Amino acid sequence: MTQGIKKYQVVIIGGGPAGLSGAIRLYDQGIEDILILEREHQPGGILRQCIHDGFGLTRFKESLSGPEYAQRLIDEIEKRNIEIINNCTAIDLTGDKLVSAVSKTGFFQVKAEAVVLAMGCRERTRGALSIPGSRPSGVYNAGVAQSYMNLHNIMVGKRVVILGSGDIGLIMARRFSLEGAEVLGVYEILPFPSGLPRNVEQCLNDYDIPLYLSHTVIDVHGRGRIEAVTVAEVDQNRQVIPGTEKKIDCDTLVLSVGLIPENELSLSAGVELDPRTGGARVDENCQTNIKGIFAVGNVLHVHDLVDFVSEEAEAAANSIAEYLAGELPSSTLSITCTKDIGHVIPQKFNGKRDFILWLRVRDLGKKVTVQVKQGEHLVARKFLPKALPAEMIQIPIKKENILPHQEIEVSIK
Amino acid sequence: MTIPIKNRRFTCIVCPMGCEIDVDFSDDEIISIQGNQCVKGENYVKSELTNPQRTIASSVFVKNGEIPLVSVRTSGAIPKNKIFDCMKEIQKLEIEAPVKLGDILISNVLNLGVDIIATKNIAAQKQ
Repeated sequence: MTQGIKKYQVVIIGGGPAGLSGAIRLYDQGIEDILILEREHQPGGILRQCIHDGFGLTRFKESLSGPEYAQRLIDEIEKRNIEIINNCTAIDLTGDKLVSAVSKTGFFQVKAEAVVLAMGCRERTRGALSIPGSRPSGVYNAGVAQSYMNLHNIMVGKRVVILGSGDIGLIMARRFSLEGAEVLGVYEILPFPSGLPRNVEQCLNDYDIPLYLSHTVIDVHGRGRIEAVTVAEVDQNRQVIPGTEKKIDCDTLVLSVGLIPENELSLSAGVELDPRTGGARVDENCQTNIKGIFAVGNVLHVHDLVDFVSEEAEAAANSIAEYLAGELPSSTLSITCTKDIGHVIPQKFNGKRDFILWLRVRDLGKKVTVQVKQGEHLVARKFLPKALPAEMIQIPIKKENILPHQEIEVSIK
Repeated sequence: MTIPIKNRRFTCIVCPMGCEIDVDFSDDEIISIQGNQCVKGENYVKSELTNPQRTIASSVFVKNGEIPLVSVRTSGAIPKNKIFDCMKEIQKLEIEAPVKLGDILISNVLNLGVDIIATKNIAAQKQ
């Protein structure tokens, strides 16, 4: 039996903070014909398992837990009666904005005038790092361990080694400690922590958990269940320093080694990705190379603060409303950056409006000035007493400072 | 007799600025605070040196709930040295669905002037 293809003005793939914030703003801009597709049985995205507080500090001036921040958005969605299909996985997207999906009622397709990619990201795995050794149970990505412990009532282990000092690893170091596990150490391959300083303080120092910088895991031991790992120090080229190998007995290895925007659907549709972010190349409206397909939130670039995810999604929603009215100008001028900058979003602009430039520096730096220039003309700059790769930087760009027809380059002075 | 002066560097966590604040102090008093850009930073380091405060979050099993766990957190900060005592109180909880976001599960935990509150809605399992 074939179902007819239902049409919507906007289909949003992903009911996490990006998708929900975008939907609310779209509705308030007069676009009510919206469908949100959400994979889990309830919306909220990754916030559902982030039970610690610190969310909403800029947006609500309160320190909320992830689920509370999500509920604020869900309440607004319910007030407006915006349609969400839960337990629904989008399995294909075409450049024509035809979405194919599977849900509890079976396979169906919807056609949209505009699509919002809000799928978030997935975690980098052990396989991707090629960590040698046996393949016993007890090796978990940090987000998976978080999901087991905070959603499914499963304690994943008691003697834990954590590889990677990204925020998820740090948060889990604290979570494990609070639940009575022993966290033997956090091992970070870089010479500085990947996560935010406040997390190093509140998740490691508070619990006397040692942080070993310039270290990594080089072997995994155990047959049925992991029994130990071998760690070693590395040099500035990330090569193992011989003689520094140490075997650590443990029953759990947790990996917090990077987040990758989840863009399989985007690739199916022909969306161009930026290898530096793993997300789509977009303009200042969050529009991808395909007209009418927009990307927001972690699927575009991995954020540190959910408040900024909401901000980004809302700005995009304003642009989508203009797109649907046929009034969105196209953006053809490039924004590039020098090697000391990790990435910039957007990668394209048109210069006809104010916008926000988002970027991360590649290395730790003190007294850093980020410059946004068109040739020798200074468009904007920002001084940072301290710049960390872990903290995304926002630079507001004013239309009146932009020269016509010239590309922008972002660099560190 | 000279009083030994100790020095500690803090990264303030009150706002995203993350100012690095250097504090010189002796056993009796704080001698100098430098590097903060506002009074909140000054108050933060004073608190860290005398009586550090933290918020904590955990999950509690819910009987008969549509999902097994409700996330909970402290409604305000508690002394850092009470964290594990607070966890013991949380682990004693026996909760039954439904639970509403904001429900006070432990009032004034350990007499610290702070509650343990539910941070999710959990409906009762459908029969």
